[in-house]
Amino acid sequence: MNDTEGSKRDACNQLLKSPTGILGFDEITNGGLPQGRTTLVCGSTGSGKTLFAMEFLVRGATEFNEPGVFVSFEETEEELKKNVASLGFDLEDLVARGQLFMDYVSIEPSDVEETGEFDLDGLFIRLGDAIDRVGAKRVVLDTLEALFVGLPNPTILRAEIRRLFRYLKSKGVTAVATAEQGDGSLTRHGLEEYVSDCVIQLDNRVTDQTAIRRLRVVKYRGSRHGTNEYPFLIEQDGISVLPITSMGLDYEAPSEQIQSGLPRLDTMLGGGFFRGSGVLVSGTAGTGKTSIAAHFADETCRRGERCLYFAFEESRKQIMRNMGSIGVDLAPWEQKGLLRFHNVRPSVYVLEMHLVMMHKLIREFKPGVVIIDPISNLLTIGKPPEVKSVLTRLIDFMKMDSITALFTSLLTGGSLEETEVGVSSLMDTWIMLRDMETNGERNRGLYIFKSRGTPHSNQVREFLMTCNGIELLDVYTGPGGAMTGALRAAQEAKERAQALELQQEIQRMQRELARERQALEARIALLRSEFEAREDSLERSISQAQSRKDVLAEERMEIARLRKADEADPPTQQP
Amino acid sequence: MSDPGEYFILRLYVAGQTAKALSAFANLKTICEEQLKGRYEIEVVDLLENPRLAREDQIVALPTLVRRLPPPLRKIIGDLSDTERVLIGLNLLPRPRA
Repeated sequence: MNDTEGSKRDACNQLLKSPTGILGFDEITNGGLPQGRTTLVCGSTGSGKTLFAMEFLVRGATEFNEPGVFVSFEETEEELKKNVASLGFDLEDLVARGQLFMDYVSIEPSDVEETGEFDLDGLFIRLGDAIDRVGAKRVVLDTLEALFVGLPNPTILRAEIRRLFRYLKSKGVTAVATAEQGDGSLTRHGLEEYVSDCVIQLDNRVTDQTAIRRLRVVKYRGSRHGTNEYPFLIEQDGISVLPITSMGLDYEAPSEQIQSGLPRLDTMLGGGFFRGSGVLVSGTAGTGKTSIAAHFADETCRRGERCLYFAFEESRKQIMRNMGSIGVDLAPWEQKGLLRFHNVRPSVYVLEMHLVMMHKLIREFKPGVVIIDPISNLLTIGKPPEVKSVLTRLIDFMKMDSITALFTSLLTGGSLEETEVGVSSLMDTWIMLRDMETNGERNRGLYIFKSRGTPHSNQVREFLMTCNGIELLDVYTGPGGAMTGALRAAQEAKERAQALELQQEIQRMQRELARERQALEARIALLRSEFEAREDSLERSISQAQSRKDVLAEERMEIARLRKADEADPPTQQP
Repeated sequence: MSDPGEYFILRLYVAGQTAKALSAFANLKTICEEQLKGRYEIEVVDLLENPRLAREDQIVALPTLVRRLPPPLRKIIGDLSDTERVLIGLNLLPRPRA
């Protein structure tokens, strides 16, 4: 059996799923609830069971063209309509259009007398009739446990509930049954024993005086699912669950670089931030973190992209005013709908709820750039490992959508906090802003701590806030550290003087060199002329000696001729 | 205790002719003949034929006997084999003090 056949078979065997349409939930469960089966949603009072079930039906009707039946054992139709109107669900309309059928089953224990064997056929008939009327594909039973309160004989009830789940399966509807959480068990009456396919637990816990809603998939037969507890929110438009942990590190890595709004910073970064990267700007108080963020926001909107600005410290108006003072006017972008501020105090929610909220806003607004100012405030409301885990999820989520994120972070006491270091490993670019205090003057410095994938500058730049925005200047470094401000100006003057001095020195030495050269050349000329004179006389002597030698040879031959000497006789020296 | 002159209108809800339905009707008939001879009326409603009545009359368990008259309206569920409880339910016997 080869791989393709294997995977084909897997696809055939794969459980069919009904998408719930609940934000984030379908991602956790890889597609929704098991189709044609019953899912048990359990949780304590007020944990959001009814809303979960109702949203499943409403989304089914409005988004997936699957009509639904809501069987309520606790609240009347009118009560339900009112309760979910706050989530923007218009049940009245759905009922009128035949997309939803609601049946309130009332069981008053006080007026029921049990006189022998009974079954729940009455309920089955009501349910069957309701399903047939709207052609329902989805059914909610909220909550079945009311039967145990209203009717006697739990043994019969259990058998009947088991039969009910089988009946729903035979009808081919995807059902949600809710159940109240028991002490030490998932449900008070052990309903989880009858629902074997999928169990979801909702929870509303209070930690540090802040309530947090969580959702967990306890069981999902035949399907891969996230096993964590996922925080969720109930907001004006329904439930939203923060999924993402199941995501791998397989997102795109765009090589496009986007401008930061500060040309010098872009040069330092070798072109700008990578799209989809995480940027951390940290610095002590008043070093200009928000100003950098505002420049980036301004630049983003100028490019025509949307920017979502989470401000956890300052109000929208405060930021606008303050940034106006350094020449960054954000108001037009907000009017054009390119820039959106979201202000909330960190202490309003616990960390995870913030992330759910941010997640939701990001999905809605679909920004190209997200600014979180400052993230350090969020860090203080969670424990470091928790912070890192939730933040990883948020960053992963943004990376999936190639959203560039800029986080500012307040450093206290100039040292790096533990969380800071933890968080920084998630970031691609880390810009540090520093106070540099010398000679009774405080100046701002900027440098790049790290920047993945770009050849970045290792230089410290002085950071000036002018009424035309931020300017980055070179700083002077010397034995006393980096120099900025007035000191830098003094240093500049000093260096100018030094440069002049050096220039003069060079000229002096050049003159000396010329002189030396002249002197040397004069000496060479003298030596050469001496040599030439000597050469002359020696050559004369050589030629005299040569001629003397010639004369001697001639004389010898003359003598030989005179003595008629045999030619073969060697010439003798003596006469 | 009920007034011996009261007239009873009873409605028995069933779903088809099941064993429970048949025995409930037989048990009811016997009790009525013994206790309410000449002053009762039994109407049998088969919900399979008229499912909407289950919703309108808030019927969940079957069989259900509803005492429509005399007031107050009372519901008695089961096959009516426990005669004493049927009588209590019909208000023909005092409710035992628990």
